[in-house]
Amino acid sequence: MTPVVRMAGVGRSFPGPPEVHAVREVDLVVEPGEYLSIAGPSGSGKSTLLHLLGLLDRPTRGSYWLDGEDVSQLSERRRAVLRGERIGFVFQAFHLLPHRSVLENVALPMVYHRIPQRERVERSQAALERVGLGHRMEFDPATLSGGERQRVAIARALVSEPSLLLADEPTGNLDSANAASILDLFDDLHAGGLTLAVITHDQGVSGRAQRRVHIVDGIMAEGVAA
Amino acid sequence: MRLPRWWRRTRTEPVEEPLSLLSDPLVEGAEGDADVVPRRRWRLQRRMAWRDLLEESLAGVAARPARLALTTLGTVLGIAALVTTVGIGQTASGQISQRFDAVAATRVVVEPGSRPGPDGEVAASQLPWDADERVMRLAGVEAAGTYARFHQDLVSGSPATDPTGEGRHDVPTASASPGLFAAVRAELATGRYFDSGHDERGDQVVILGKYAAERLGVNRVDSQPSIFIGDRPFTVIGILDSAAGRAELQDAVIMPHGTARGLYGVRAPDAVDIRTAIGAAQQVGEQAPIAVDPNNPELYQVDVPPRPGSLRESVTADVNALFLVLGGVALLIGGLGIANITLLSVLERVSEIGLRRAVGATRPHVALQFLVESIVIGFLGGLVGTAVGVLVTVGTSAVRDWTPLLDMRLAVAAPLLGAVIGLVAGTYPAWRASAIEPIAALRAS
Repeated sequence: MTPVVRMAGVGRSFPGPPEVHAVREVDLVVEPGEYLSIAGPSGSGKSTLLHLLGLLDRPTRGSYWLDGEDVSQLSERRRAVLRGERIGFVFQAFHLLPHRSVLENVALPMVYHRIPQRERVERSQAALERVGLGHRMEFDPATLSGGERQRVAIARALVSEPSLLLADEPTGNLDSANAASILDLFDDLHAGGLTLAVITHDQGVSGRAQRRVHIVDGIMAEGVAA
Repeated sequence: MRLPRWWRRTRTEPVEEPLSLLSDPLVEGAEGDADVVPRRRWRLQRRMAWRDLLEESLAGVAARPARLALTTLGTVLGIAALVTTVGIGQTASGQISQRFDAVAATRVVVEPGSRPGPDGEVAASQLPWDADERVMRLAGVEAAGTYARFHQDLVSGSPATDPTGEGRHDVPTASASPGLFAAVRAELATGRYFDSGHDERGDQVVILGKYAAERLGVNRVDSQPSIFIGDRPFTVIGILDSAAGRAELQDAVIMPHGTARGLYGVRAPDAVDIRTAIGAAQQVGEQAPIAVDPNNPELYQVDVPPRPGSLRESVTADVNALFLVLGGVALLIGGLGIANITLLSVLERVSEIGLRRAVGATRPHVALQFLVESIVIGFLGGLVGTAVGVLVTVGTSAVRDWTPLLDMRLAVAAPLLGAVIGLVAGTYPAWRASAIEPIAALRAS
């Protein structure tokens, strides 16, 4: 089966001076249905790796295949298409649009694609049901708790039925109870076959994943950091 | 709708039918399959649907109503100033052209000038009796006639001398050349005008003005009624119905010049009334004194209608120049205001822009959204400004008792001008927004 992610010798450096090698040599294969955690201290390059994985950035070295398609040298436009349909992002800060209803927030990715209005609503409703927020559709995100907001963000990530759900410190802004419920939801989605990659420095979060890798000074290795 | 397996809950049980939405039998069928249900791939829109673009932009504009009001203020003032300027200008010139009926526009009167004499002002010159014939030679003159006022005895409608003075009226007496009636566009109620024959013979005939006839109790001429000026009888041969160019004729008893000169020693006409072709009044006004008295044209004063253009211009020009400049300055400031606030809003919404890029928006999508936002702001400003301008125009007209006049095209064009200002003002912020890297944006918070 085609791996969701295959990275070979991927590096990303930022021109200096001094030149910064945020990610040096990453070889990573993520099979469909895997639940991967990427751990590492701040400044280790894990955010850069997240951006590379999420097609928000292009590697300066190496190759990256997403769903078997070489995406390392794609145009900005094509990467935008792939971001929209293959990747679901979940951020630490939720990034929900203020003054827009929960449903509108979840439907946002479909604004940039040819999806009929009816299907947008159906998909958004289904995604919200999936994260357990079917009763909050018309709410203003500002009135929701942190955990609920993150669930809205997860619903927004799921609405495109992505190949890969990319979460960046998804519990960083949450108390332990809310964090636990989000992690339960991730387990739930994983059990259903969704491919997840969670980037975190929190051992409690990375420990929930089926497979753990860590990154230090831009170099990635399997397992937990020594 | 087809959905992959992970849509189904595994841990949380029992579920209140989250699958109720997903009634597609394919989902049921996929239950045992190891493979993910084949997914429908999305196609990125080359351009966003207009509806989506407008919805996103309007939501952005509406998010901060107070700021929106402040942002549009400059545009509102600028557009209002422009609309008011043009509106008042049009109203004022409309006002002038209303007064500008055909009678006034074709009427020229030449009178002797005055000069200081021992007992106040005295006439500086005397009009010749044939002044009307002289001006008739000018191009553009359609009719001309001379007119003289003189005051005589009381006038009565019957020869009997009533000792109490009852039946005698203080009616003005005047004399005219036969051409005068055509020159002042007079119309007869009944009877006829006198002609050059009456004039030359000095016949004792008169035309009565409408009101003079009422006072003297004369209403028909077929029985050749007589009136008496002092003791002298005159035959009434006609009664005027109107005299548009010289309303005082309606109050007077009018006889031929020849009669007035013979009986009362009238020495010269008081005025030459000229009716010109339309548009010839100014030129005739310049030439008429020369035609009347080539040696001393400066001794006459000429009454001509105002030049249509000059008056209108003088009313509007000074007002317009000032307000157009003010409006332009306000629009410039308004445009800068929109640019400034839109730029600020871009910087505030960096994370929103990053998010939109992350979920599939391209740079053009982002640029277009902010451009449409500033166009909408400019358009709203233009709309409000136009309304204010129209209200000011109507209000000013009401105070001045004018008829407000406003070109409909202006009311349509002004909001569009606001939109154009928004477009220009939004270009740079939109470009800045599209240049934001999603990485930086999502990391920032």
